[in-house]
Amino acid sequence: MTTSSPILRVIDLQVSYYTEAGRALALDRASLELYPGEKLGMVGESGCGKSTMALAMMRMIKPPGRIEGGKVFVGDTELTALSEEQMRRARLSLISYIPQGAMNSLNPVLRIEAQMRDAIKEHQPEMSKAEIQERIYHALESVELRRSVARMYPHELSGGMKQRVCIAIGILLGPKVIIADEPTSALDVVTQRQVMETLDRVQKQLGSAVILIGHDMGLMAQFVDKVAVMYAGKFTEISPVRDMFTNPLHPYARALIESLPTLENKGVFKGIPGLAPSLIRRPPGCAFHPRCAHAMEICRSVTPALERLPSGRFVACHLYDREGNLVNAELRMAG
Amino acid sequence: MTPLLEFRNVTKVYTKGLLSRAATTALDDVSLKIEDDQPTILTVAGESGSGKTTLAMLLLGFIAPTRGQILYKGKDIAHLRGEEKVNFRKEVQAVFQDPFAVFNPFYTVDHLLTVPIEKFKLARSKREARDRMDEALSAVGLRPEDVLGRFPHQLSGGQRQRINVARALLLKPRLLVADEPVSMVDASLRATILESLRNLNREHGISIIYITHDLTTAYHVANSIIVLYRGSVMEAGSIDRVIREPQHPYTRLLIDSIPWPDINRKWGQTEIVAREQEHGSVETGCKFTSRCPFAMDKCRQAPPPLYRVAPEQVAACYLYDAQPVVERERLSEVLPV
Repeated sequence: MTTSSPILRVIDLQVSYYTEAGRALALDRASLELYPGEKLGMVGESGCGKSTMALAMMRMIKPPGRIEGGKVFVGDTELTALSEEQMRRARLSLISYIPQGAMNSLNPVLRIEAQMRDAIKEHQPEMSKAEIQERIYHALESVELRRSVARMYPHELSGGMKQRVCIAIGILLGPKVIIADEPTSALDVVTQRQVMETLDRVQKQLGSAVILIGHDMGLMAQFVDKVAVMYAGKFTEISPVRDMFTNPLHPYARALIESLPTLENKGVFKGIPGLAPSLIRRPPGCAFHPRCAHAMEICRSVTPALERLPSGRFVACHLYDREGNLVNAELRMAG
Repeated sequence: MTPLLEFRNVTKVYTKGLLSRAATTALDDVSLKIEDDQPTILTVAGESGSGKTTLAMLLLGFIAPTRGQILYKGKDIAHLRGEEKVNFRKEVQAVFQDPFAVFNPFYTVDHLLTVPIEKFKLARSKREARDRMDEALSAVGLRPEDVLGRFPHQLSGGQRQRINVARALLLKPRLLVADEPVSMVDASLRATILESLRNLNREHGISIIYITHDLTTAYHVANSIIVLYRGSVMEAGSIDRVIREPQHPYTRLLIDSIPWPDINRKWGQTEIVAREQEHGSVETGCKFTSRCPFAMDKCRQAPPPLYRVAPEQVAACYLYDAQPVVERERLSEVLPV
């Protein structure tokens, strides 16, 4: 495995939910590349398509949702071309998903080791009992839990410990890509830091790529290398974390960053005016234009494509040309 | 002058079942005061299990204290009757954490707002009732025509939470208890809700008790803060002092663990002593002892009193035993308004 080729490639992935009110385009031709060892944060308001994107990569979209197009590659394996059975085997071994509120997904009547054993047996039925046991202990230790946790039931563990058990299950088979959907949203700050530090260390050991989904920008600033901002089922900007926080390009990303409370801007409240659009009746053109302070005529009719700028950043906004320069120089002052 | 609200040495112990002796002290000897003439925003902060929600439940009269008294305008809320009780219910309002759980899905927003108007006879005519609703909704930044007549499922989490604030405002309360009001709302909408809370305080003279584990938002709205750990006050004082210069080892750990959305402020290096070690913790001394990197022998023997580490800051920690002691009953005197 060389670091020069991406471990995860998502190409034009599209998902719709068919509801009584109409078709909701939850993910609109989303593309993404991720290299081994990279940590990407996916942020956006609720309903922007972050979790849909994760589920679509795992091929876990349930009706009335439907994957309507696009390809997902992990290394050389095209997940979207696998049979159901092959995909089931790819989950956890190639790509694993730690769902939102994962700690509540543990089976309350099974010991931790029984749940972990199930996962291994499904994928590697030939493995001996002793080997399995060793694998379980190793996974628990890598998330800093004592071996004795294996014999415990979920109710005997604290929220943070349960969350770490879920991470341990997620990494049991050494996946190439780990997707963590708001892994710490129910935990308090100290436990949150502990869980994130665990995830960070485990990821470094395995050399996997991590996608962290959430809307806590603070967590993103502390944890990820790159941030992808989603809005109404589309990526609006993908930038290295430092660029995103110091010089966001897309007006939505900018508004999101400016709405954040920091130590310096005490008492300044800058919300984003307006509401996220309905996915059933998306505004024509750029979906953000009704809330955008810089909206131009073209934004109302033409949907901007996600362009790769020479700096390596990606942005989908008519305000920038292909070089990443502002089309209208006067905006520099307004921004 | 009689304070608006007063906690006098309030302790709440939860017991398990009839036969079990195991008891949990959720709130341990807490005293505080909110003055009537100086509307303030006080944050009560702590991790899960710190007793912050118990404090809210006690304050609203949903549960009774095991020891101590809670006084509203000088009267014990446990003994309020008749008109006084109605008045207390009207003047002390609450906004809870989950804006998705508190609405009855069968009723429109109008119903939610007209019930309190009728119940407390706030308007003499339909026209006046409508005016009151419009006024309250506008105060939280909602356009009445956007929300009235809608069902809860047609509204976003941020809109719902602002409707909750508007409903509270409708009753012209003196005190608002906000228990994690923004923790389930998108980051981009938090600012708007926090701003409406602050405006209630500034423009309508309403005191707010802001209960949260999120010190970033607390820093932005509150004047003062009380940090709880397993039911006891660890540190308290002006929000600027406590957030910028925390003294108690627990508060330092807490502040150090805040993920600031600031690329130049890296997550702290304070070692986290795992929570699972809590089981063997000492019940007689300081509750933080088992996780504290500075724990001394005397920490295990008796809980430390509050030491005045700065004019507007106290810390319950023996590291500061050279400083003057502040009696627990006088905690509120160091809290700025």
